[in-house]
Amino acid sequence: MLSEFSWAGASAQLTEILLAVLLAPLLLGWVNQCRAWLQNRSGPGVLRPYLTLRKLMAKDAVVAHGASPLFRTAPYIVFGCMVLAAAIVPTLGTDLPYAPAADAIALVGILALARVFISLAAMDIGTAFGTLGARREMMIGFLAEPALLIVLFTASLISQSTSLATTVETLSQRELAIYPSLAFAGVAFTMVSLAENARIPIDNPATHLELTMIHEAMVLEYSGRHLALIEWAASLKLFVYSCIGIALFFPFGIAQGGDAAGLLLALPALAFKLAIGGFLLALIETVSAKMRIFRAPEFLGTAFMLAVLALLIHALLET
Amino acid sequence: MSWEILAVLGIPLAGGALLALVGHQRRAAELNVALSIATFVAAAALTTRVVRHGPLFAFSEQFFVDSLNVFLVALTAFVSMTTSMFSRPYMRIEQEHGKLTGARLRLYHSMYQLFIFTMLLVLLTNNLGLLWVALEAATLTTVLLVSLYRTPASLEAAWKYFILCGVGIAQALFGTILLYMASQKLLGTGVEALLWTHLFGVRSQLEPTILSIAFVFLLVGYGTKVGLVPLHNWLPDAHAEGPTPVSAVLSGLLLNVALYALVRCKVLADGALGPGFAGQLLMGFGLLSVVVAAFFLSRQRDIKRMFAYSSVEHMGLITFAFGMGGPIANFAGLLHMTVHSLTKSAIFFTVGHAAQTAGTQVMDDIRGLARVSPTIGWGLMLGTLAILGLPPFGVFASEFLILTSAMRQQPWATPLLLISLGVAFAAVFRKVQPMVFGDTTAKPLPHRPALIPVFLHLALALLLGLYIPPYLAAWYREAARLIG
Amino acid sequence: MSQFLTPALTGQIINLLAAALLLLSFAMLAQRRILSLINLFAAQGFVLTLSTAFVAWATGQTHLWWSAGLTLALKVLLLPWILHRLIQRLNVKWDVETLLNIPTTMLFGLLLVILAFNLAQPVSALAGTITKGTLGIALAIVLLSFLMMITRSKAVPQVIGFLAMENSLFFAATAATYGMPMVVELGIALDVLVGVIILGVFFFQIRERFDSLDIRHLEKLKEE
Repeated sequence: MLSEFSWAGASAQLTEILLAVLLAPLLLGWVNQCRAWLQNRSGPGVLRPYLTLRKLMAKDAVVAHGASPLFRTAPYIVFGCMVLAAAIVPTLGTDLPYAPAADAIALVGILALARVFISLAAMDIGTAFGTLGARREMMIGFLAEPALLIVLFTASLISQSTSLATTVETLSQRELAIYPSLAFAGVAFTMVSLAENARIPIDNPATHLELTMIHEAMVLEYSGRHLALIEWAASLKLFVYSCIGIALFFPFGIAQGGDAAGLLLALPALAFKLAIGGFLLALIETVSAKMRIFRAPEFLGTAFMLAVLALLIHALLET
Repeated sequence: MSWEILAVLGIPLAGGALLALVGHQRRAAELNVALSIATFVAAAALTTRVVRHGPLFAFSEQFFVDSLNVFLVALTAFVSMTTSMFSRPYMRIEQEHGKLTGARLRLYHSMYQLFIFTMLLVLLTNNLGLLWVALEAATLTTVLLVSLYRTPASLEAAWKYFILCGVGIAQALFGTILLYMASQKLLGTGVEALLWTHLFGVRSQLEPTILSIAFVFLLVGYGTKVGLVPLHNWLPDAHAEGPTPVSAVLSGLLLNVALYALVRCKVLADGALGPGFAGQLLMGFGLLSVVVAAFFLSRQRDIKRMFAYSSVEHMGLITFAFGMGGPIANFAGLLHMTVHSLTKSAIFFTVGHAAQTAGTQVMDDIRGLARVSPTIGWGLMLGTLAILGLPPFGVFASEFLILTSAMRQQPWATPLLLISLGVAFAAVFRKVQPMVFGDTTAKPLPHRPALIPVFLHLALALLLGLYIPPYLAAWYREAARLIG
Repeated sequence: MSQFLTPALTGQIINLLAAALLLLSFAMLAQRRILSLINLFAAQGFVLTLSTAFVAWATGQTHLWWSAGLTLALKVLLLPWILHRLIQRLNVKWDVETLLNIPTTMLFGLLLVILAFNLAQPVSALAGTITKGTLGIALAIVLLSFLMMITRSKAVPQVIGFLAMENSLFFAATAATYGMPMVVELGIALDVLVGVIILGVFFFQIRERFDSLDIRHLEKLKEE
């Protein structure tokens, strides 16, 4: 794995991680700003999430009496998982030291780990909202994870490996080709990301109504630095999902080698793609209405079905 | 250019158009009869020509007449003629009873002629694609006829008929596409690749994988229209709820025509796959139909439904015979097609009048027909005995031949066949006997029932049972040989 | 044919159109509203026209151009128009009721797709056309339309399922054999048109008798 330890490689990897951690709130801010523009409001500004994080960090963290150590440590674990995920998704380059660990299945496992911990923490205090949020989160996760796995498998079948780095390399090196399976997989992936990141039409990230909360319900008890870490982790999750999408479906521009020049050029390409992706996300959120909670399984069922279709079509038409 | 084929197809087509305009007039029924007689005359002319001069092509091989389909053409034209004769007084009585209006009669008459046209087109065309189109058209013409009375039950029957037959025949279209695919390799693209005669010529070179899948789809598709179990669900309802002449032609003619389509495909499949595959499938479905229908027969309370199940049983028997193959079994199958057609339509004629007399189709409520109208009562009795296989009627002869062939070629099936036939006999006779004899509260009909067709058919069935004229026997043998 | 149409690109475009057809079939299976169902059916007809026209262009079979035109006229314009008018006159705008819930129906649909792909593998290897890989998709769409017909309890969606089945059979014919001979195709088109007209008449009869087009009213004739 780390057979050739080089300072250049390590620093490149570190840069990538730092970039992800620092840019994730910016992506969230951009999405919210686009939403505001589309809704004809003036919006809070793209840097608002940073200000929120700073405000939260300065406050005291209030913890309930009955909270267990799990409650206190969960934000750190969740944040750590997201940072790890951001480290192994090939955002800037495919030849960084952590690249061999960038296995699709491991990635899904890491995301699942984060979900488990935050659900446990939500149920830890014993309030009604926490349990409600945790159960709904688990339902969404239970339906979304197979779909995500199958999307990743479809891409893996095309590149003959589950390593994301190899997938990116294979897909970016092919000549312009129309893969219907990737089209289906793309739509499925979009639907899954919407569900996992608690965006409309599955969950409204700005609501606190009992009927409609999922993610917000789980973090209702957190405050101060814990809440800051969790919010940061949520924005990192959005960042990670966007980068997975870009890596699978629009891998042009990601550096193939490990040289600094390639990585530097990959940065503006990434920023450009993320900007467009964020705008499209805001667009989808604006034109859709939030679905009733019991329609969510249908939505995810459709995503799963599209993902399986992508797999079948790949097996039938492209081999 | 063959004027006989033009006439045979053109008269019903033109008649349908004509009756669409004037079908509600007073003399529409007579016009219907006249058209059917003209069609029969043309069919007779066609038959004599083919019997004398051998197979006939027309319109650059789009139409093909050999011994197999010409005998069916003659049968179809004959039965449709007698049915139109029966339908004249029958529909008049229905009108008197208030079940039909003039507008509906117009629909009925024009659709009747168009239905005959589509059936004749199925029989005469050489193009397998057109065969499919015509068979689907036959379904379409009769859908509105089944729902003619507009009762809830008839609407349901028509809907089931349309959907089930439509879905079934879509499978047959897929089978035809696969067949076309297989033949394109040998005969090139274009219409020639769908002509049955050309396919027959190259049948041993057709790709076996494709042919086996194609034949299965064709069997499911056309088998639905033949009424093979388990695809027969539409049949009892459609026969029970539609007007009697429609039940008669459905049972007597359409089932035969669909089986003809199946047999043509079977010949091709035999050439490509060897005689085992298609034959075994046909035998399986045929046997299943016979057994299932026989056991369902005993549970029926509506007289037309009971005889509809009897049709399923007999078509199963014929399918079984064709599945066995060989000269005797094929001969028996063809003979059975003829006598079943004649006898079943005769039965439906009497049943129709019986239901009119008693005012109901429920068997428990029909009693003592012989007392009210001896012709109806005795017609029903004789028809029932004929269809149940009592000698000396023709059905006995063909069933005997089928059973003896079965004993020789497929001995395991014989006990099943015998038991089923026995069960059917007991069930039907038990129901019919009190209907014909005993006391009654029924009133006579306002018009005289049309029973000449009944006795004509029964006489022919009797004749065929006693003595088959040599030219007819030779004709059947020739057709049997074509089936292989 | 055109210079930049390499064989690989041709195959990919055909695959893409076939995949779009499959997606539309699933969309019809999951659709709840009648109006959207009719529009999806029109869209399916349109994609079908596109694929037929594309195959005609790529292989030079002129009769396929006529086929594409016929499909356009009948299945994209005439039939949806008839269905829309029928809906308006029957005053029917309800949600489609299904016998199974939508996720279960989709799961069955997936199983049918797998079945169809398996079934079509040996056959498509033997076809002689450039579109033979899509025979599996054609069979899958046939089975999906069939599923749509049997899981719907109202009359109009059943009919649309039936028409979608005809669409898919047409696609199968184009995929396996570059289309049937013109005379057969005209006959089939005539059958479909007459069928829809007859069904229209029939719907009025059902509506008149039952005041509803719910198929469950039409299930009284059971075995006694």
